[in-house]
Amino acid sequence: MVAHAQTIHKQRHPLLAFAARWLFTTNHKEIGTLYLWLSFGLFFIAGSMAMLMRLELFEPGIQFIDPIFYNQVLTLHGLLMVFGVVMPAFVGLANWQIPMMIGAPDMALPRMNNFSFWLLPFAFAMLLSTIFMEGGAPNFGWTFYAPLSTTYGPPSTDFFILGVHLMGISSIMGAINIIVTIINMRAPGMTYMKMPLFVWTWLITAFLLIMVMPVLAGVVTMMLTDRHFGTSFFDAAGGGDPVMFQHIFWFFGHPEVYIMILPGFGIASQIIPTFARKKLFGYRSMVYATISIAVLSFVVWGHHMFTTGMPLFAELLIMYLTMLIAVPTGVKVFNWVATMWRGSMTFETPMLFAIGFVMMFTIGGFSGLMLALVPADFQYHDTYFVVAHFHYVLYPGAIFGTMAAVYYWLPKWCGNMYDERLGKIHFWLATIAVNLTFFPMHFTGLAGMPRRIPDYSLQFADFNRMSSMGAWLLGLTQVLFLYIVIKAIRKGAKATDQVWEGAEGLEWTIPSPAPLHTFQTPPIIAEDAVH
Amino acid sequence: MTSLAGGLKSGLCVLIVWSVPHAALASKFNMRPGITEMSVRVQQIHQMGLWVCIIIGLLVFGVMFYSMFAHRRSRNPVPATFSESLTVEIIWTLVPILILVAMAIPATTALRDIEDNEDSDMTVLITASQWKWHYKYLDSGISFYSNIATPQEQIDNLEPKGEYYLLEVDNPLVLPTNKKIRFLVTADDVIHSWWLPDFAVKQDAIPGFINEAWTRIPVTGIFRGQCAELCGLKHAYMPIVVDVRPEAEFDAWIESQRIAAELAGEAAVAARAKTWTMNELLTIGEATFVKHCATCHERDGMGQGDKYPALSGSEIATGAIEDHLGRVMEGKADTEMQAWAPQLSDLEIAAVITYERNSWNNNTDDIIQPITVYEAR
Ligand code: HEC
Ligand SMILES: [Cu+2]
Repeated sequence: MVAHAQTIHKQRHPLLAFAARWLFTTNHKEIGTLYLWLSFGLFFIAGSMAMLMRLELFEPGIQFIDPIFYNQVLTLHGLLMVFGVVMPAFVGLANWQIPMMIGAPDMALPRMNNFSFWLLPFAFAMLLSTIFMEGGAPNFGWTFYAPLSTTYGPPSTDFFILGVHLMGISSIMGAINIIVTIINMRAPGMTYMKMPLFVWTWLITAFLLIMVMPVLAGVVTMMLTDRHFGTSFFDAAGGGDPVMFQHIFWFFGHPEVYIMILPGFGIASQIIPTFARKKLFGYRSMVYATISIAVLSFVVWGHHMFTTGMPLFAELLIMYLTMLIAVPTGVKVFNWVATMWRGSMTFETPMLFAIGFVMMFTIGGFSGLMLALVPADFQYHDTYFVVAHFHYVLYPGAIFGTMAAVYYWLPKWCGNMYDERLGKIHFWLATIAVNLTFFPMHFTGLAGMPRRIPDYSLQFADFNRMSSMGAWLLGLTQVLFLYIVIKAIRKGAKATDQVWEGAEGLEWTIPSPAPLHTFQTPPIIAEDAVH
Repeated sequence: MTSLAGGLKSGLCVLIVWSVPHAALASKFNMRPGITEMSVRVQQIHQMGLWVCIIIGLLVFGVMFYSMFAHRRSRNPVPATFSESLTVEIIWTLVPILILVAMAIPATTALRDIEDNEDSDMTVLITASQWKWHYKYLDSGISFYSNIATPQEQIDNLEPKGEYYLLEVDNPLVLPTNKKIRFLVTADDVIHSWWLPDFAVKQDAIPGFINEAWTRIPVTGIFRGQCAELCGLKHAYMPIVVDVRPEAEFDAWIESQRIAAELAGEAAVAARAKTWTMNELLTIGEATFVKHCATCHERDGMGQGDKYPALSGSEIATGAIEDHLGRVMEGKADTEMQAWAPQLSDLEIAAVITYERNSWNNNTDDIIQPITVYEAR
């Protein structure tokens, strides 16, 4: 089979062969690479959009982009970062790592794997093309509340809807693939309670995806029929209900935010033990905490909607449930700290990013706890305090988590070590810039600055200037990251199979770089082996 | 050494600045307590949440930093081997639950009071539309629109920005002190949100729904807020200003508004009876256009891209008068062009249409009289 494929490739023009290889690949490692590069590319596009917004927000008044375009950039930034950067990055990591970590030769459904990836470039091309359309790109924020997105949405909204459908199909297929792989293809002897935590968190994430992506598909389809086929799901004038839109959206949206963080939890739980040279503290409670977070995520969507006029009873119930999430989340943080405790730590770049992840994610968790207090939420809601909150959980959370994972596994993927000195510089610059950008937003939000505005009154000027400077620095810093990754792929000190002294797990037993096909015959996990 | 001392000194300054309970500073870094009993309570709940987070944060990060220092390989070459402890795991599950319960109690009682809209002394119906507020005093029937008053020149950086840049309106909402005021909040087009930080009131304005909120204001003064829910192009330009007056003054103001409304009715009758000249209509028309229409169609009548059509050379603005009149009075369904008939007087509509038909190279020479508008109503 392999030989046959190679002869076909040989007859073709090298460029065609290259295209055919990546277009038709069903190899989990190659597909993982595709996902990661797609995510990386969109990261720069969506990041530039953020820098453009920060340019406009540098001073009060309208200087660079008009409010119409600002709203479009705001919307695309959010949609791309959520669906184009964080999610594909995690799926890319899952593709690369899950088979190697459970000792499987590939994903269970390789052709579907190829299809789930190749839907995405089309989805995002469609979304990005809306910028050039008559009426401009979608301009209603990534939460696309009706009726701003239905009755009042620009014509390009239909492209947005179709794009979301494609991403949704891709995510659902990806999630099915991951679940099937984990359930069926674990090496003999690897019981559930011996699975690495990255695999565990992804298994739970995949279930969340399967449950909520159809809900997202439903809500955008209802939008489509409202816009074109005479229904009034969300149109009060036709007997519909704009608040129902928010209920359905956030029933998807809240689990979605955990989809964007649980794999990060898994990554931190792999990296911290490696560099502390000590087993993960409380493996079981980590698993149970992740499951409880996932379950709770289905019953707290209303905390995004406290100001929509909910009845007191609902407000109280959702407040209590939301506060409850702090408990399993706290358990995770305490477990990571306990893993570090009396370890023998070194601070290579992956460890730095993982520790940065834990600390700054915790800051985002704190503001989340404050947001759960309904009376105070009336003051925080839709202000920069919320912007600060979710950027703390997403940037130093999801993005730092991904970067930690890339530094951690890159030597295994490409066989070369990255430049450690540059990696550390990258970490410190990014950490300074992230805090410079997002910490002042707590202050502007508490002082009363609404979110999603291109222009603001004078008392917010100082902190906005700080945020803008931080954002540009942060954007530039990621160019350094790109350089470090490319440099490591091209050359660098040869990585050993083990790569990290304290690393444990199946992926470290295979050669570096990992050959295209691994674990053709499954490894046997000893009875007494622990996760 | 000197640089160290300098650093310490500036660090100390920062600390002092941070801890001085100076009102202006406090509102720059922290949530302001506001002026109502409820807003003070809300601020206390926020402050409680903040302190809990700061203390737990200091503890957790303290342990982490200590561990990073003391348990690095150079200091602790041999790692410990423990990886479980039921006792500590139970402790750090239970203790947070207790803390959460302690936080939930004041939040619950405050929330119960916030949601108690009973026994109000007066009611104001707040209706949002793109991008202005409409206030109606249900007890006296007075109503008016409230638009942003910051000149476009300040937004475009052609003039220096005033002290209340983006936080000033033409007609503030006037309220009395020491009355329980109930707000009914709704919207005409998309979702908006009426937010006044000093009252700790934020309520979404949703088309088809009427939400409730209330406040009781102990002091007089001017208080400012903004629309808090993304509502389209000019979401940033939808300020809220409340002018709180002593009860007697408030009653006098209501009376003056009632008289003004009567006079406006008489003026409308007089306006209908009169035949206006082109110049008179152009002057009034320009003022009306700048105030109400230029946000979308722009002063030069060129509109904005595909979203807001140019009126210069527009088929409607140079075509049949009835169509033009109809579009302005009734608006166009499902677009941002709203019906202006309820918002503007006959004279204003006549004048703005005359102005549009005779400006920016539109040379129809048509003159529309208020009586025509009156008959079209
Ligand atoms: C909130 C933004 C907005 C404001 C304010 C606004 N308009 Fe419009 N206007 C529109 C939009 C959008 C259209 C195009 C509607 C369509 O045909 O889709 C429009 C269309 C029109 C047209 C028809 C133009 C054409 O060629 O189709 C006229 C005339 C007009 N407006 C006059 C006015 C007048 C007079 C005012 C002030 C009293 C005003 N508009 C205020 C948004 C606005
Ligand atoms: Cu608004």
